[in-house]
Amino acid sequence: MVTTALTDLWYGFGVALEPHNVMWCFIGVLVGNMVGVLPGMGPLATISILLPLTFGIPPVGAILMLAGVFYGSQYGGAICSILLNLPCHPPHAVTCLDGFPLTQQGRGGAALGVTVISSFVGASWGITEMIFLAPVLVTVALKFGPAEICSLMLLGLLAGSTLARGSPLKGVAMTVCGLLIGIVGSDIETGTPRFTFGIPNLFDGVEIVALALGLFGIAEFMKSVNQLSAVETKYTKISFKDLRPTKNELRRSWPAMFRGTLVGSLCALIPGTGPTIASFIAYATEKKISKSPDQFGTGMIEGVAGPEASTHSSVQGDFIPTMSLGIPGDAVMALILGALMIQGIVPGPQLISEHPDIFWGLIASFWIGNIILVVLNVPMIGLWVKLLTIPYKYLYPSALFFVCIGVYSTNNDMFQVGETILIGLLGYLLLLLDFHPAPILLGFVLGPRFEENFRRAMLISRGDSLVFIDIKNHPISAFFIFLCVVLILAQLYVRLRKPKALAQELAMNAETNPIAQAEP
Amino acid sequence: MFETQLKKRDFYAGGLMTLIGAAVTLDSTTYDVGTMTHMGPGMFPLILGIVLTIIGVLIFGTALATPLGPDESILPEQREWRGWACILAGPMLFILFGEFLGMAPATFVCVFVSALGDRTATVRGSAILALGITVFGVLLFSYILQLPFPIFRWGM
Repeated sequence: MVTTALTDLWYGFGVALEPHNVMWCFIGVLVGNMVGVLPGMGPLATISILLPLTFGIPPVGAILMLAGVFYGSQYGGAICSILLNLPCHPPHAVTCLDGFPLTQQGRGGAALGVTVISSFVGASWGITEMIFLAPVLVTVALKFGPAEICSLMLLGLLAGSTLARGSPLKGVAMTVCGLLIGIVGSDIETGTPRFTFGIPNLFDGVEIVALALGLFGIAEFMKSVNQLSAVETKYTKISFKDLRPTKNELRRSWPAMFRGTLVGSLCALIPGTGPTIASFIAYATEKKISKSPDQFGTGMIEGVAGPEASTHSSVQGDFIPTMSLGIPGDAVMALILGALMIQGIVPGPQLISEHPDIFWGLIASFWIGNIILVVLNVPMIGLWVKLLTIPYKYLYPSALFFVCIGVYSTNNDMFQVGETILIGLLGYLLLLLDFHPAPILLGFVLGPRFEENFRRAMLISRGDSLVFIDIKNHPISAFFIFLCVVLILAQLYVRLRKPKALAQELAMNAETNPIAQAEP
Repeated sequence: MFETQLKKRDFYAGGLMTLIGAAVTLDSTTYDVGTMTHMGPGMFPLILGIVLTIIGVLIFGTALATPLGPDESILPEQREWRGWACILAGPMLFILFGEFLGMAPATFVCVFVSALGDRTATVRGSAILALGITVFGVLLFSYILQLPFPIFRWGM
């Protein structure tokens, strides 16, 4: 078992170290970092905007590049949140709490240095977890029939929508909307066009790029226009030297990093608890363990190291169900899965055996990407920091151009651009009504496979809808449904019992998270 | 009494979801629903439509039961009509100019118009930005990425 995993990993390094693949990974990290550091551009917007650029690249290169973009944009976001107190990605909201005070004390560079180390430690653990867990999961998942896959997807969708930000009910509503958008187009079995309003351009369904760029591009720009004040440039003079933490800071960071990593990897095992929740728990843990909990919020390096390590280890863990089961945990993973599908690769348990180059290449490239990230950020930090000062009024018009041309380039069709504008407008309306549109993407990506397996399961069971909870013949499916029920009951319990604690958490989110509200 | 309810944001959120759910439910019956064993193309949307309607009603119901929150206005405090209009107009003009005049004019007008959405934007500043992005965009997409989109064209 261990030896096969290691030989496979060796093979993966062979794939990822091919010169052109290293190049794609490098470009991905570079561009992702560059865009991600810009204030107001979160990883979701960054990946959506760069997604169309990967269509012309072979599948392995494309996926390596996207993973690189993801890493880069995440780290770029950390720079933005520590130096400017401007979290563009929800997990970074916690990093701001102590990261920004450190910046004010002139230790922002050290905080960034610790972030680099923490993310590397967290990610490395997550990758190791993936190497050993994913193949095990696959051997189990390959035995799943349509009923099991269906119940598992239901669990994934439910977890992804209720454990994300905001009201669980609204999250489920968004997921259902996503499933409905996934239905648009010709029916797989009969070819009947559904919800196409007679428009031939919609027969192939809604384009994922149009959906993502509408929701995370146009809608976000509408929300942020004139809302982001000019950037405070006082703290943005950081050079290579400043990145080095002092011995004392390092000594305090190490244990926090390992605790954070542990928290993150545990969170990754619970479906739906993404990096945001992991970072919150890690921060709370650090605060509880610390001898001086009242010092948190005034610039404790542990408050940066713990959450950052936990974010990265849980993000890596999120790749496990995404790659081995084809079930994404959040909108970012849904986008990466969508990119795979555009390349003509069917996600699911058969991915590892059918496309070992993609799977193991991706794993190896995680490490390579992380190393590239360190190499890029340590000497070039001064340049990244300069990017922070680009005002939003120049940013969003340029980004809109990339949105337009990106959507156009997917099919060389202007209709898609119109689709994006409409989705953007609707997305903004949803934002105004306090919906978080990220689960839409989750539902959209899973929708068609969910329907297919649902219909198949019902066909096999001869129309008996109790097949999903049939303990005798489908114990695994029944177990997943049981988990779904537990999840719903737990949500109800939390809502009814602890409205006070919840209100506090929400207030904290609102306070630290001015822009990131649209993302889970 | 009723007027207080009308002020709640979730009143409209729930209403919107109920409306979409009901519309989907109604529309999906126009497709072949089939039987439970042999599901037609209408069955899955029908189920989703019903689920969405129920969730919408639940959101609606929760809104009725909870007291009025401190901030229930749907539109943000500062209404950015100019910003919103410019952001939507930019891509629309991109479609129009792209279809008839080619990539370079489309890029210029898209960036120029959307840049005007910022309160502090000037015509000159927006034009310079638009010009810069146009040059960069044409270089990247036409020359490096070879996107089949003529830089200039006349008519369809």
